[in-house]
Amino acid sequence: MSGHRPALVLAVLVIGSWATCASAQDAGRGKAKFDHTCAPCHGAGVGDDGRAMLPGTDALRIKYQGSLPALLEQRTDLNADAIRTFLRRGTWSMPPFRPTEVTEGDIQDIAAYLRQSSRAAAR
Amino acid sequence: MAILPPGVSAESFASAVREFQDAVGRDWVFTSDDDLYSYRDHFSYIKDQPNELIPSAAVGPDTTEQVQAIVRTANKYKIPLYAISTGKNFAYGGPSPNVRGSVTVDLKRMNRILVCDDKRHFAVVEPGVSYIDLYRHIQANKLDVWVDTPDPGWGSLIGNAMDHGIGYTMGFYRDHFGAHTGLEVVLPNGEIMRTGMGAMPASQSWQEYRHGYGPDPCGLFGQGNFGIVTKMGFRLMPAPEHWRNGLVTVPKRQDLIPLIEAVNYLCDLSMCGEPWYGSPLMPLMGNTEFREAALAFNESAMDRLAASANLHSWQVELQFYGSERTTLANWEYAKELVARKVPGARFTDGESLKTPLTREQIASTTGPYPTNMRRNITQGVPGLGIWYMTGRTEQNPNAWNETHIGLFSLVARSGEGVLKAQKDFADVARRLDMPSLFPNALQTPVNWYQFAFLMGNGFGLGRGDNSPAGKLAATAKLREVLRENAKLGYGDYRAPPILQDDVADQYSFNDFVLRRFTEQLKDAIDPNGIISPGRAGVWPANFRSMRGGMRS
Repeated sequence: MSGHRPALVLAVLVIGSWATCASAQDAGRGKAKFDHTCAPCHGAGVGDDGRAMLPGTDALRIKYQGSLPALLEQRTDLNADAIRTFLRRGTWSMPPFRPTEVTEGDIQDIAAYLRQSSRAAAR
Repeated sequence: MAILPPGVSAESFASAVREFQDAVGRDWVFTSDDDLYSYRDHFSYIKDQPNELIPSAAVGPDTTEQVQAIVRTANKYKIPLYAISTGKNFAYGGPSPNVRGSVTVDLKRMNRILVCDDKRHFAVVEPGVSYIDLYRHIQANKLDVWVDTPDPGWGSLIGNAMDHGIGYTMGFYRDHFGAHTGLEVVLPNGEIMRTGMGAMPASQSWQEYRHGYGPDPCGLFGQGNFGIVTKMGFRLMPAPEHWRNGLVTVPKRQDLIPLIEAVNYLCDLSMCGEPWYGSPLMPLMGNTEFREAALAFNESAMDRLAASANLHSWQVELQFYGSERTTLANWEYAKELVARKVPGARFTDGESLKTPLTREQIASTTGPYPTNMRRNITQGVPGLGIWYMTGRTEQNPNAWNETHIGLFSLVARSGEGVLKAQKDFADVARRLDMPSLFPNALQTPVNWYQFAFLMGNGFGLGRGDNSPAGKLAATAKLREVLRENAKLGYGDYRAPPILQDDVADQYSFNDFVLRRFTEQLKDAIDPNGIISPGRAGVWPANFRSMRGGMRS
C-alpha cells in the first residue's frame, strides 16, 4: 500500500497545480472583462455615424489589411505579454489602462479568453 | 525616472509609501515606472519633458475609510494628492496632476452603484462607476431611467461632473454637476462630510433636496480642490416612451437671431432636448466666390450665393422626448413658433420612434434628411464609437494627431452673440496667425448646457509639427488665444492642467477677487495644501509660487 502512496500524492499535486492554473487564468472571467473594457472599442458590431465597425476593430483592419484579423477575439498571437504591453503603454490613440482598471489577473484572464475565442473562430 | 513630491525627502516619501501600503495593501500602491506610465497623459503636449506632469506614486483605495487614511498620511508628510476616477479625461489632461510628483489617488476600485431608483429618479454611485457601468446596471435590472452620457461613455459620473462635463438629452440632465443630488467628501483633514440632506443622519431624502439648510458648499468641489468626493447622487431622466426629431432651416444669415430666440423658448420650457445647430452652406466653401464672401463676412453676398444655390443659411435639428402625442404636439408647436418668427423657414419631419430604440435604429443613418446628430448619445446609450475621430481611419491610415486639447468658450446665447463670436474668433485667429480648422462664418454653437452656448476654438495646432518645440509653440499660441478671448469677454469652461492657470486668469473681475476668496478658503480648509494644489488655478499658500509655472 505504502508503495502507492507517493504516486497518489503526486497525482494530487498535479491536479492541484492544474487547478491553480485554471484559477489563475479563467477564460470566463476574461470574457466578462473583455466585454466590459475592450469590446466597446474592439468588439464586433457596427460603429457610430454609419461606420461599419467599432473604432478599434476598424483601426486594426486598416493597419493589418487582412494579414491579421481585425477582431481581437480572432487573434491567435495575443498572449498575456502582448496584451500587457498594449494595455499598459497604449498605442496610437488608445490610451494606457491603469492597473486599477485592468489588473494583472485580468490580463491573464483576457489572454485565456482570447486563446479560447480564437480557437472557436478558427473552427 | 523616480521622482519625489516637491519638498519631500526620499526618506519621508518611503515612509509615506509604507503607510499607503498599510492603508490599501501592497498590491494597490504603484511606484514603478512601468506601472506609473499608465498615469501619464497619453496626449500630453509636454511628454518626456522635464516639466511633464507625472505622479511620484499612485494609490488605489477601495473604501472611503482607505481614502481617509491616505489623506491623513499625505497631511503628515505634506504630500500633494491628485484624485482621479475612471475614464480617460480625453483632451483635458488625462490623469496628469497639476503638480509634478503628486501622489495620484486612483478611485477606480470604488466602483459600487449604491442606489438606482427608477421611481424617484436618481442614482448614488462611487467614483469608479462609469456611464457604461450604470447603463448596463439599468439594462440588467430593467429600470425605467436613462443615463445622460458624455461621449465617449467610459468616464466616471463623478469625475465628469467634477469637471463640469455635459451630456446630450434634456436640458436639466445635460449639466452633470447641475444634476447632482448631494455629495460625500473626504475633507483635507480626513473627516467625512455629507452635503444637503445628507448632513442629517436620519434623512430619507438626501437625493431630493440638495440644499439642506444653510450655505451649500457643493460648488467648491466642482473643478475644485477642497476634498475627495467618495459618493455622489445624480438625478436620472425617467425613460421616455417616445422620441421624435425634425429639421428646421432658415434662409438668411440674420435669420439665426429669431431662430435662436425660438429654440431658446422651446428649450427653456423643457419642450425639446438638445438642439443641434449647423449650416447647410458648408458645401459652398468649395466655391471660391462664396469662400471669399464667408472669409470677409460679406453677409449680402453670402445670402445671394446661398439663394442661387437654393440653400438655406442655418439649420437646427430638434428632438423631443415624451409620448408619441406629446412629441408630435411639441414638434408641431415648434414649427408654428419658428414660422411666426422667421419668414421662409422650412421644416422637415424626422423620425418618430418608440423608445428604447433598437440597435438598428440607433445605428441607422438613413432618414428623411441628412443628420449630424449622434443618435446613441441622444438616447442615453454610452459607448466608445466616437473614438474613430482620433484613431486610424481610411482617411488617416498612418498618422495620428497625438496631442489633443479641448477649449470651448462661453458665448452669449443669442444669434447676435453667435454672429459676433464668429467674427471675433476669426479676428483673433488672423491676428495670431493661427490656421483655422473651419470657416468661422459658418460656425455654430453647441447647446450642451441648457442655458449657455459654447463655441470651440478650432485651430489646427500641432498638426504637422509634433516635435517638443512645435508643441511648445502651439501651447504658447493657445495661451495667446485665451488672453485675447478674455479681452473680448469669452471665458473657457474647462482646460487641461497645463492651461488651467491661463483659463483662471480670464476670470479677473475686481483684481481676481473670486480667486482670492477661493484661495482664502483653501488655505483655511487645507492648510497643508495637499488636495490637488493648482487645480483650476486655485493654489494653496505653500504651493502658490507655482502659479503660472507651466508657462515657462
